[in-house]
Amino acid sequence: MAAMKSGNWIAHLILILGVAVFAFPVFVALIGSTHDAGTIARGEMPLRLGPHAVDNYRHAWASAEGERVKGVGPVGRMMLNSLAMGLVIAAGKIAISVISAFAVAFFAFPLRMFFFWMIFVTLMLPVEVRIIPTYKVVSDLGMINTFTGLTVPLIASATATLIFRQFFLTIPDELVEAAKIDGAGPMRFFWSILLPLTTTTIAALSVILFIYGWNQYLWPLLITTQRDMNTIVIGITKMIGASDAQTDWQLILATSVLAMLPPVALVVAMQRWFVKGLVETEK
Amino acid sequence: MTRRAIFDNKLLPYALLAPQLAVTLVFFFWPVGQAIVQSMLRQDPFGLRTTFVWFENFVYVLSNPFYLNALRNTLVLSAAVIFLAMSTGLLLAVTADKGIRGRSIYTTLLVWPYAVAPAVAASLWLFIFHPTIGIFGRFLVRIGIPWDYTLNGTHAILLVMLAASWKQISYNFIFFLAGLQSIPKSVIEAASVDGAGSRQRFWKVLFPLLAPTTFFLLVVNVIYAFFDTFGVIHALTRGGPGKATETLIYKVWVDGVVNLDLGGSSAQSVVLLLVVVTLTALQFRYIERRVHY
Repeated sequence: MAAMKSGNWIAHLILILGVAVFAFPVFVALIGSTHDAGTIARGEMPLRLGPHAVDNYRHAWASAEGERVKGVGPVGRMMLNSLAMGLVIAAGKIAISVISAFAVAFFAFPLRMFFFWMIFVTLMLPVEVRIIPTYKVVSDLGMINTFTGLTVPLIASATATLIFRQFFLTIPDELVEAAKIDGAGPMRFFWSILLPLTTTTIAALSVILFIYGWNQYLWPLLITTQRDMNTIVIGITKMIGASDAQTDWQLILATSVLAMLPPVALVVAMQRWFVKGLVETEK
Repeated sequence: MTRRAIFDNKLLPYALLAPQLAVTLVFFFWPVGQAIVQSMLRQDPFGLRTTFVWFENFVYVLSNPFYLNALRNTLVLSAAVIFLAMSTGLLLAVTADKGIRGRSIYTTLLVWPYAVAPAVAASLWLFIFHPTIGIFGRFLVRIGIPWDYTLNGTHAILLVMLAASWKQISYNFIFFLAGLQSIPKSVIEAASVDGAGSRQRFWKVLFPLLAPTTFFLLVVNVIYAFFDTFGVIHALTRGGPGKATETLIYKVWVDGVVNLDLGGSSAQSVVLLLVVVTLTALQFRYIERRVHY
């Protein structure tokens, strides 16, 4: 009994240490975002909240430009770009994947497996290994610096298609037959029976895909050169620039905190679905 | 696997597949084809003449000392991320699986870094390890270590490793925890009854049963270290100082976008493509075997 208790003690200690290591950099950033540039630049920042929180966050939200930081849009605008990107990518991936999985799972037609494999092998072609040629295609289509260019090329999803297909294969044949006997056509079956059964999977995938979209880096870096197209993650790198001690660290830190808030809040709020979705996704 | 009850429309399935296939063809297959063709072409400096050079670009790239440097950096970074993220993730998962109080709170507090973008993680750690304003950076300087990641390549890659691994621990934690929870408790009880101590139970029973999860995470972490660390490097060091943190993917970007060497960049892309294909194929082979077994 005593041994068990001491075991628990150690377990709590390890977990608290883990939690602390995870939280520490965010804690320091949070503190830094409440001090003024001078205090930080002199290396005199104390480890408690400073008096400039409201000023810094309001300033960052409205302009993001400070004494040294130039050429970035207001954080509000950059967050809106990221939000739009996350939402469109998540919704787009889910929409086109659920209908292609429906086609593959519920119809028999020539070249069915060929198409399925065609979607499947894109798993092996992450955007990073086809940067330059994909950039060329997007530029030939005149989609540089457009929202379409930012989102549509990322919308194909082998993973989502696989998951939906996997789930559709577990739907009993009797359900399909019953729907057919009742005179339901394929699209009626899809909307009234299949889609309502799929909501949990869709919710879990939405969280993961939204984060994927919000956190994109290399693609927006290539496709957007205009200031008002910057996403928040790209904006932070531009603000850091050469990372001098003299830069407007309070604004960079406030922006960093704001940039991680939406995806982190989403993960915490939807933790159960998110974890389930993630583990199922990768099976 | 085909189901018995199906719809027999002739055109509808093609219409349903059309959007996904259109995006796949235009933005995946066409560019990959271009990359393969481009990797065997060479343009003169003015872009007036293009000649077909077979594998010369590959020979040039693979024998280039800068490429070998990038390869070494990538392998070092991958090894560090794999080791740090997997061992910490496993330790936390094993501990959280012990059925202690407050487990769900701990889990919540341990999964959120998954949602932090790599470049944002970089900015957080940069602020801590900045040599003149960061708390750890200043501390290192004060105790006599001339810490400066902007001048010292070793310092730079250490910082990249830290920021990249910090974010990836959560992912490993989530999967190890799920893996542990799928192991029936009776197996562990049986081991206890047979007199296995907790250390033995872990290494002789739990760890082997976790092998599929471990292998899966190994592949995912390699892909993460190869590609997703681009954001960390771009935000922290821009590949510097003096190419000390230039990885393969960073070099593809620099050569293609900054130096406009399309043939060389495409050849590097094709090499990376082969890496991903090999890893994915390995993974599926392994999973296949597990299913049959």
